[in-house]
Amino acid sequence: MSPLLEVEDLHVEFRSRGSAVNAVNGLSYTLHEGETLAILGESGSGKSVSAQAVMGILDTPPAYVTKGSVRYRGTELLGLPERRRRAYRGANIAMIFQDALSALNPVHRVGDQIAEMLIVHRKMSRRDARARAVELMDRVRIPSAASRINDFPHQFSGGMRQRVMIAMALALEPDVLIADEPTTALDVTVQAQIMKLLSDLQDEMAMGLILITHDLGVVADVADRIALMYAGRVVEEADVEDLYARPAHPYAEGLLASVPRIDVRGRELTPIKGAPPNLAAIPSGCPFHPRCPRARDRCSREVPGLRLLRAGEGSPDRSGARSGALSPESHRSACHYAEEVSGGR
Amino acid sequence: MADEILCVRDVTKHFPLTRGVVFQHEIGQVKAVDGVSFELRKGETLGLVGESGCGKSTLARLLMGVERPTSGSVHFEDRDVSSLSKAELRRLRRRMQLVMQDPYTSLNPRMTVGDIVGEPFAIHGDPEGGRRTRVRELLEIVGLEPDHVNRYPHQFSGGQRQRIGIARALALRPDVIICDEPVSALDVSVQAQVMNLLADLQREFGLSYVFIAHDLAVVRHISDRVAVMYLGKIVEIGDEEQIYDHPTHPYTQALLAAVPVPDPTKRTGQIVLEGDVPSPTDPPSGCRFRTRCWKAEEICAAEEPALKVRTGRSAHPSACHFAAESGRS
Amino acid sequence: MSESTEVAATAQTGAVVSGASASLWSDAWRELYRRVTFWVAVVILLFMGLLATVPSLFTSLGPNGRCDVRQAKLRPASWNPFGGGPHPFGTDTHGCDYWAQMVHGTRAPIIVGFLVTGIALALAIGLGSLSGYYGRLLDTVLSRITDIFFGLPLLLGAVVILTAFPSHGVLTESFVLGLLWWPTMTRLMRGQVLSIRDADYVQAARMLGARDTRIMVRHILPNAVAPVFVYAMLNVGVVIGYEATLDYLGVGLQYPTVSWGLQLSQAQEIFTDYPYLLIYPAVFLTATVLSFLLLGDAVRDALDPKLR
Repeated sequence: MSPLLEVEDLHVEFRSRGSAVNAVNGLSYTLHEGETLAILGESGSGKSVSAQAVMGILDTPPAYVTKGSVRYRGTELLGLPERRRRAYRGANIAMIFQDALSALNPVHRVGDQIAEMLIVHRKMSRRDARARAVELMDRVRIPSAASRINDFPHQFSGGMRQRVMIAMALALEPDVLIADEPTTALDVTVQAQIMKLLSDLQDEMAMGLILITHDLGVVADVADRIALMYAGRVVEEADVEDLYARPAHPYAEGLLASVPRIDVRGRELTPIKGAPPNLAAIPSGCPFHPRCPRARDRCSREVPGLRLLRAGEGSPDRSGARSGALSPESHRSACHYAEEVSGGR
Repeated sequence: MADEILCVRDVTKHFPLTRGVVFQHEIGQVKAVDGVSFELRKGETLGLVGESGCGKSTLARLLMGVERPTSGSVHFEDRDVSSLSKAELRRLRRRMQLVMQDPYTSLNPRMTVGDIVGEPFAIHGDPEGGRRTRVRELLEIVGLEPDHVNRYPHQFSGGQRQRIGIARALALRPDVIICDEPVSALDVSVQAQVMNLLADLQREFGLSYVFIAHDLAVVRHISDRVAVMYLGKIVEIGDEEQIYDHPTHPYTQALLAAVPVPDPTKRTGQIVLEGDVPSPTDPPSGCRFRTRCWKAEEICAAEEPALKVRTGRSAHPSACHFAAESGRS
Repeated sequence: MSESTEVAATAQTGAVVSGASASLWSDAWRELYRRVTFWVAVVILLFMGLLATVPSLFTSLGPNGRCDVRQAKLRPASWNPFGGGPHPFGTDTHGCDYWAQMVHGTRAPIIVGFLVTGIALALAIGLGSLSGYYGRLLDTVLSRITDIFFGLPLLLGAVVILTAFPSHGVLTESFVLGLLWWPTMTRLMRGQVLSIRDADYVQAARMLGARDTRIMVRHILPNAVAPVFVYAMLNVGVVIGYEATLDYLGVGLQYPTVSWGLQLSQAQEIFTDYPYLLIYPAVFLTATVLSFLLLGDAVRDALDPKLR
């Protein structure tokens, strides 16, 4: 059986005034049923753009998918006519956004907005659709859903609005949910509620979840696998525990060293030097090499491909524990010296 | 007492909610800050954490003297900031400065970096050795290329812009810098650069910081002492270790438990707090946290708990009738 | 969504960040440089500008010079089967050379256009910034006054006021139009100042202890005036249109002044028989008004990074 979602060698370009910028440069990943894949990256890494390309909601122009493949259960989605593509959107792959307030229509009652999906896609009667909308709002744990169905989006708090958006995304029972920074605008206590809700719903519905975020903490908390993006490509892909315990790309290593931790006292932060790359001028060779403490001559010349780590090299595990749970056979890195990095030398 | 540079006593700030354009009448009050007291000691960093709407940004404006408190006082050394005249306030700016959150909106897009960093001198008079030399010096201090004085803000990255903002704040050699979410708009890899810079500057120039942020990990990293705010009040205050390792207020405990740790072997999993923060227009009676608190009893609705040292292993002030180190049982 | 715009923005500024120093204006210039409409407008306006400033380059005759009633209503040379006459555009109802009248008719409308815009712009920048920056009573009073002006039909107002004036020179007409014109621009300026007043960098300057004048001059004005200037540029064309209308209605400029509007009014009764009397001033007028509008449009688009 083919996996739920396969993205292969995806390229997205932004064209304007005769110049083109490569926002996504050969992105590949695979999502299996019931799996949570985190796409981690900083601003400009292409993480959101790639999700929009997968959903087929890129703003064209200026953005164009120039190459690659997106397969849902084996069916190629890129190149499908918009009408057929639309049938997959919502019903098979759904998406939630960071800003729930602007994603919801301010002049329609939330119940109607959820019901609308069901009326259009499932040909339900208005009555049934509204009854189902209450059920969905209940399911995302909006208190007294039956009475809030007639409220407008602005009458909900930030966290509750995000729940409404989740209810809408789940209305057609998709197998794949793409969550683009779903908690970035929320307070920590509300963030915790939403993340818990998402992972509960994922278990109940056996969905594949793609979580797009910049937050290393959130990833560690909920993800199974992680794809770390830099300058439009994946630089490291691994099981979450693997990546945090034995990062095999200097960028991953740098990120882990630069994030302050709430559970550790007085830890020195070792920042990554420089700034994230300007997409109009991505460095030659490995895009990370100007910021990399391990860079050598070769790094500025040869673009390292994403490849499996060679087994047996590198030390077992930095933390010393849990090495049994690690699965280096699925650990990929796009660094010429990945084994050396993960070995901690 | 001698080493306290900033002393906040029972400060409140209520914003009237009005209706009508010509004939305005008050329909209520937003109690943005409601009885806050703390002091900042020379050379220390005091972290202020809380979720949105807890009043931390209003507090920053009160400290800077931009807003006048409804009641209470803010003392800078021995002068009451809230009673200063305009001219006196302008002089105070030399001693107390602000670093803002958004590096993209806090720099005038039509001024060169040299003019931005040199603006404090244009206002307060040129420094010894001349403005140009000092501006270049400042850029170097914050880790920017001094030759970039003639560039415009849009030619810099977010992290570099924040450095420009810090250079501007440093220009007049202030004693206190209020940092209002200075790293929350930055990428993770750049955040650490700016935090390290702030720490270095503190050591070098003996600065005192009030560090306002919603990111608890960032605050822990940079602060000596931490105050936790909820709905306009400080619910717990103590040194960094007391707050993070031995919190006694249920809100602090819940807040800490909600922060995901960047380590998959330490998953939090369990959700602690339900619901949202109540509106500051009509806060709950008694203890403001009682509506979301699992320890709440009748006394919590009837009587407001004072922020005071309670019994326990780590003796720091906590505003809970049932302050205790153990979390949820 | 936000990231895609961010990436797009990076695409825009990419070259700038890596390259040498460049500003909003030089970026805008590069955009303008490639637009055909911009160049067409510039060429037409330069031509009109020359007509207005040095009419002697184009005709040896003065305004109303060597008019001969016996030569009235001669059709343009090209229409004349005998050809080669001394009046390429023909003559008007008073027997004046129509080409010379067209040339001399340029100056008055253009002066009025700039003068009115200038008066309105000065008032707008002054009043708009004060009202936007200080708010309160001044703002309330000023806003109500502009409301009243908005309720007044501009053309009707101008006709009424001008009828009451004894003299009808360029200055009078400019003064009256300017008086009616400032509220729109003032409101625009006020809105600009209002949005910039609370910008973070203005707050930052205030925290540094900057005085109001400094905040105004260094921070608010440079950021607020760009759209107002663009609007003013568009406006010159509109004012020229109004000027011609007033002349045509007979309440604007009057003989011996020469202007396109007056020529149109001359032609009004007989243009079915002598269409060139209407066509020439109409073409000159339309080309000028349109050029100002196109120019303003092009500059506005070039200055707005979101539209690129």
